Amino acid sequence: MQVTSSVREPLITGGKTLKDVTHDISRQVEGKPSIGWILGLLVSVGALGLGGLALAATLWEGIGMWGLNKTIGWAWDITNFVWWVGIGHAGTLISAVLLLFRQKWRMAINRAAEAMTIFAVICAAMFPIIHMGRPWVGAYWALPLPNTWGSLWVNFNSPLLWDVFAISTYFSVSLVFWYIGLIPDFATIRDRATGLRKTIYGALAFGWDGAAKTWSRYESVALILAGLATPLVLSVHTIVSFDFATSVIPGWHTTIFPPYFVAGAIFSGFAMVLTLMIITRKLFKLEDYITIGHIELMNIVIIITGSIVGIAYITEFFIAWYSGVAPEQYAFVNRAFGPYWWAYWAMMTCNVISPQLFWFKKIRTSIVLTFILSIVVNIGMWFERFVIIVTSLHRDFLPSSWAMFYPTWADVGVYLFTFGLFFTLFLLFAKFFPVINMAEVKSIVKSSSEKVTK
Amino acid sequence: MKENKKTYWKGLEELTNDESVIRNAEREFPEGPSTLDGSSRRDFLKMMGFSLAAASLAACEAPVRKAIPYVNKPVDINPSIPNYYASTFASGGDYASIVVKTREGRPIKIDGNELSPISQGGTSAIVEASVLSLYDKQRVAGPMADGEQVEWSALDAQVKAQLASAGTVKIVTNTILSPSTEKALQQFADAFGGAEVITYDPVSAYGITKAAEMTYGSAILPTYHFNKASVIVSFAADFLGTWISPIEFAKQYSKTRKITKEKPTMSRHFQFESNLSLTGANADYRTPIKASQNGLAVLALYNAIARKAGAATVSGAAVEVEYLDKAANELWANRGKSLVVAGSNDPNVQIVINAINDLLDNNGATVDFSTPTYFRKGNDAKMNQFVADLKAGRVGGVVFYNCNPVYDFVNGAELGEAIAKAKVSVATNGTLDETASLVKFVAPDHHYLESWNDFNPRKGHYSLSQPVISPLFKTRQAQESFLIWAGNDTNYYDFLQENWRTSLFSTQSETSSFQEFWDRSLFNGVYAVESTSTSVTGSADVSAAASAINRVYKADNAGTELVVYTKVGLGNGTFANNPWLQEMSDPISKATWDNYLTVSQSWASEQGLKMFEGATKKAKVTIGDKTITVPVLVQPGQAKGTVGLALGYGRSKAGRVANGVGVNAYELLTNANGFTSYEITEGVSVELTSDSYKIAQTQTHQTYMDRQYVIQESTLPEYKENPSAGRDFPKVYMEGEFVKPNKISLWKGHRYSNHHWGLAIDMNSCIGCGACTVACQVENNVSVVGKEEVLNRREMAWIRIDRYYSSPEGASSNKELEAAADNPEVIFQPMMCQHCNNAPCETVCPVAATTHSSEGLNQMTYNRCIGTRYCANNCPYKVRRFNWFKYHDNKAFAAVNVAQNDDMGKMVLNPDVTVRVRGVIEKCSMCVQRIQSGKLTAKKEGRRVKDGEINTACATACPTNAIVFGDMNDPESNITKMLKIEDNNDSPTKEVGEERAYHVLEYLNVNPNVWYFTKIRNKDKSEA
Repeated sequence: MQVTSSVREPLITGGKTLKDVTHDISRQVEGKPSIGWILGLLVSVGALGLGGLALAATLWEGIGMWGLNKTIGWAWDITNFVWWVGIGHAGTLISAVLLLFRQKWRMAINRAAEAMTIFAVICAAMFPIIHMGRPWVGAYWALPLPNTWGSLWVNFNSPLLWDVFAISTYFSVSLVFWYIGLIPDFATIRDRATGLRKTIYGALAFGWDGAAKTWSRYESVALILAGLATPLVLSVHTIVSFDFATSVIPGWHTTIFPPYFVAGAIFSGFAMVLTLMIITRKLFKLEDYITIGHIELMNIVIIITGSIVGIAYITEFFIAWYSGVAPEQYAFVNRAFGPYWWAYWAMMTCNVISPQLFWFKKIRTSIVLTFILSIVVNIGMWFERFVIIVTSLHRDFLPSSWAMFYPTWADVGVYLFTFGLFFTLFLLFAKFFPVINMAEVKSIVKSSSEKVTK
Repeated sequence: MKENKKTYWKGLEELTNDESVIRNAEREFPEGPSTLDGSSRRDFLKMMGFSLAAASLAACEAPVRKAIPYVNKPVDINPSIPNYYASTFASGGDYASIVVKTREGRPIKIDGNELSPISQGGTSAIVEASVLSLYDKQRVAGPMADGEQVEWSALDAQVKAQLASAGTVKIVTNTILSPSTEKALQQFADAFGGAEVITYDPVSAYGITKAAEMTYGSAILPTYHFNKASVIVSFAADFLGTWISPIEFAKQYSKTRKITKEKPTMSRHFQFESNLSLTGANADYRTPIKASQNGLAVLALYNAIARKAGAATVSGAAVEVEYLDKAANELWANRGKSLVVAGSNDPNVQIVINAINDLLDNNGATVDFSTPTYFRKGNDAKMNQFVADLKAGRVGGVVFYNCNPVYDFVNGAELGEAIAKAKVSVATNGTLDETASLVKFVAPDHHYLESWNDFNPRKGHYSLSQPVISPLFKTRQAQESFLIWAGNDTNYYDFLQENWRTSLFSTQSETSSFQEFWDRSLFNGVYAVESTSTSVTGSADVSAAASAINRVYKADNAGTELVVYTKVGLGNGTFANNPWLQEMSDPISKATWDNYLTVSQSWASEQGLKMFEGATKKAKVTIGDKTITVPVLVQPGQAKGTVGLALGYGRSKAGRVANGVGVNAYELLTNANGFTSYEITEGVSVELTSDSYKIAQTQTHQTYMDRQYVIQESTLPEYKENPSAGRDFPKVYMEGEFVKPNKISLWKGHRYSNHHWGLAIDMNSCIGCGACTVACQVENNVSVVGKEEVLNRREMAWIRIDRYYSSPEGASSNKELEAAADNPEVIFQPMMCQHCNNAPCETVCPVAATTHSSEGLNQMTYNRCIGTRYCANNCPYKVRRFNWFKYHDNKAFAAVNVAQNDDMGKMVLNPDVTVRVRGVIEKCSMCVQRIQSGKLTAKKEGRRVKDGEINTACATACPTNAIVFGDMNDPESNITKMLKIEDNNDSPTKEVGEERAYHVLEYLNVNPNVWYFTKIRNKDKSEA
């Protein structure tokens, strides 16, 4: 039932029928786990366990397990936090913004991208809690809860508090959006299943009956949630950037941060989606659904956002010079030529130069190169946050307090823990949940009114 | 279910309504026993529940609390009300008159005694920290004989008997300032056949006393008056840091360094030295010279002055010393109000110094030999003779009192081996240190805070020390031991009083009651007898001294020279086991927990050594047959061809804190010329090894990068022309004009309708000694974190002294600015929480744990803090400190943070200040507990707080009054006058009229309540 348009490339290749779609996607949910998946899960759980030791040591002994000091109060913790939150942004952008713009190619990837968002936000949200000196009280004192301490309230001036609201809103909206989308597919799997599996997926499907009215409601809810989620794409990273922008530290105190952070977030998010999708399509044989066309389109988003980020870097330098404020100027010169020059140039190479390679069609349609570059971009974006946080702090106003930051095994371990958590969750998702939105994809199998060729 | 109306009987008895049924109708089991031994079922359940709860509660470890209420309250002790007692700190010849603060009978803080004309209310790091040594649980707990604990009576019997039959008895001691102690020792000496008392000092000033003897006829130290000197020339005398009486000299010196627009005069200070000392760092003109040229430079100065005076010159090898001629000219122009001092222990050099001061008419004006000072009585020659006697077995009995020569005398190890040759050896040391661990009998002395004593630091000046706590261990005052061994059973308190009655009571005429005299002296802590100073005349053979100098010193020594010095923190090493001192960052090198070889920058670059973040290499230092391996620290200002090494480290038996920290530099000293020489100019070889090492420095960046928003300084001529010289006036553009940054704010601003506390810090009189940092540590229970954590850059100090070197002249790029000049200008900037009125920390805390008080303080609520560290990041001054670990009650920190880890150490904690828990931020509170208590006192008395009544710990400790605390809303307060505050209104932004006063980082408009005064150097022109 494949439809070929004279003007549009088909979004799904391989001449898939509606039944093929259901079958291809339900296959790995219903089948036995593959060796590759089991190995992947073992590695992820291993990382989770190993990193868990570092996390446990940190929680037991104190933040002193990390390499922080009197001058550098945040380093890997908040770097990782911003990095993971940034990664999450692609999912929301794909499912919400592209939905509003009626970009149908998103349908093959939005499920996985949203899952990625949720898991990345979980990893991210961990850091603001564990980086506290006293998480056992901080985890709930940071919320504006009524209490018995008289008029003791949270400080609404603090960008960290805004973070609490931004991240929790983001997480709840993303979760609901993602789950609502999953319901029709759960129903499909329920209908194909027997026994215990039928009960479980039945419960997950919330009694979906596939009636026209149900579909209509489903569409409305999806649109409303997309509307709600869209501002979040902009607001969450804007607020995260306020942590720095509202401070007085040279290199942090920068009005360009909100747009620059949002662009960077989408940039890194798309890179992560690519990394994951390239593995998933290979592992689950979904090449007909996640096509080269998808990869190319995402690479184009990477070129755009990468260029925005590059311009932002240059603008920062210009403004630092133009401001005439000496500490500001020093902060930026120090970034590029101080003791952390390597971090800065790693960032510049990975984030500004490497995405420009995607101007070549050969590169942006090459699976292998895209995969490599997607990882390079994510390394670059990690360094971007490291550069902003650590190199700004390590040499600020008073030279007497200048210091260096050296990570400890616990810093590395906690980062590893989040990787373990992220991939464990993602692999479990990929095995037990439909990784592609079957219901939506079915609507694009036939993407125009041209006649059916087969 | 249909209701069943049938009646079922439990038995025939119920049907028949038997009496037993009716009686037991209420019971659950009518036939069986319904009670267990008189208890009901419910009681049983209650008891079971209780037992279970009790058993599980008992399993929880309940903390043992040892707070025991007073059954009969002592008269003077009111819970939570501190008592203050005047007393005296003396360790050998190091002296300070003090006031001890006690809480519930525990001494917890030492302040200076302002009534003392000598220390004048100043303290030093060592004095401040000495209170912790009282609570050292490694003190000797009781008398010991042959390494076994014994009773005092047994010890006394044995010591008496054995000393009586020992033959020649010698008593070895450091300088004794106490006349009563000397009397007691005399009785002891008399009882044992005229035992000789041999005095030595770990850091000797024998050269000065010997020269005084040769010049003026008596072996004494003169009294110096730095405050009367307009020109001060010092040849390697670190008189602000460690030389003889630094607290006193710092006080005097600071008086000549305080300037105002109305009185724009200050002393000019020349320093010629090899190591960069604290004094050199404060000098206006400092010339690094090799130690081997030291004597020649002094001779050259003598000749220059002699030529002007028309006196005979002496021969001296020509030596090129920058600024020496300038110094000579200015000394000559300021005859009678100048002062030349030298740190050398060579009597010949000191003879020439005396001659110079004589030529300059300073004798009797700034140097007073008619008022002898007794801080150093050590006689190196006698001590050398004693060691030789001991080695030769000529000493039958030896008593070590108040000293530790095995550690701190030249060839101490040899002395240690020879102790066994004496038949009897006794030490009164309070810890089993290097000496006490080798003797037969240890008769531990009290800590000075447990003792009665008197002191005579200077002719006519007396002070007392009194016990402020009952002895913690079974120790006994050494003087009492001596009296007992001498067969005198008077207790030392009576002995002391009797001594005062006979010798001092008659010197006053104010009262006829001795009790009154005694009580007043004890209350004041000090007592002075009027005496007039006259100029003592005399002369020594300068040309003989000159020829001796020409023999020893060389103008062109090619070899490396080692100059041994003492650090402000650890001094001669007596208090090495005190973690507060070990962790105090050295004023110059900013290093903690180590001594190291200071090398010049040029040597380092020749060797290809570059220090980064404390990472360095070790070097092998060989002198004759002695070799030590020691880490190297690149020290700007170190004279080329010289290296420096600090005494006081390398203790082997000081205790758990100090053992194994650093190397022992006493081992390298020589006494070949009859005096202990701290300058080893021949036969020194230094070889850099490939072993890497990390020195824990609290500051690793050397220069202030020419940042005028941090450091503002100028020179005296410029200041005279323009009181705003050196000031930086940032302007911000707003609506068509440039305005002061404080004109623009998002905030409405706080209103301080009552008090507005502030600090004014004079960078001109701050000498960087660091007494404030230790005082703050004591007052505010600041944790010690140990070397590892300092290396991790996590020291907890609430107040630090930023030390900046100037960059080389003409430096402009960042890389050039980062390097320090070879002979840099040095500036000290005390840095603590600036209590900003627009505090960046306050806005970013998510839980409002740091807030602003209605009196201008930025306050930290530890209980509310969740430890995000956002405040610390956003603090432009980087003064906030985070509790990375649990520092209290944690085995990992027990060996360093002794004040918060064992029961004994915890007695020193200030009960008014919380010990912070892991995971919270802490920082300077401007001693809010002191403010609060001062306000309460005033409130109880129904009046306003008077200026000066409340003072912060740092300001109290400061020997130069460089830190002034006060209420900026009080028009009469000192701080208002200093800052020339125009309007004491309730605004947080005080407009100050003082031209020198500035805010660090003014352009940020965080609007601090701490003001700094520009540094003014007394230089002809600005130069790096």
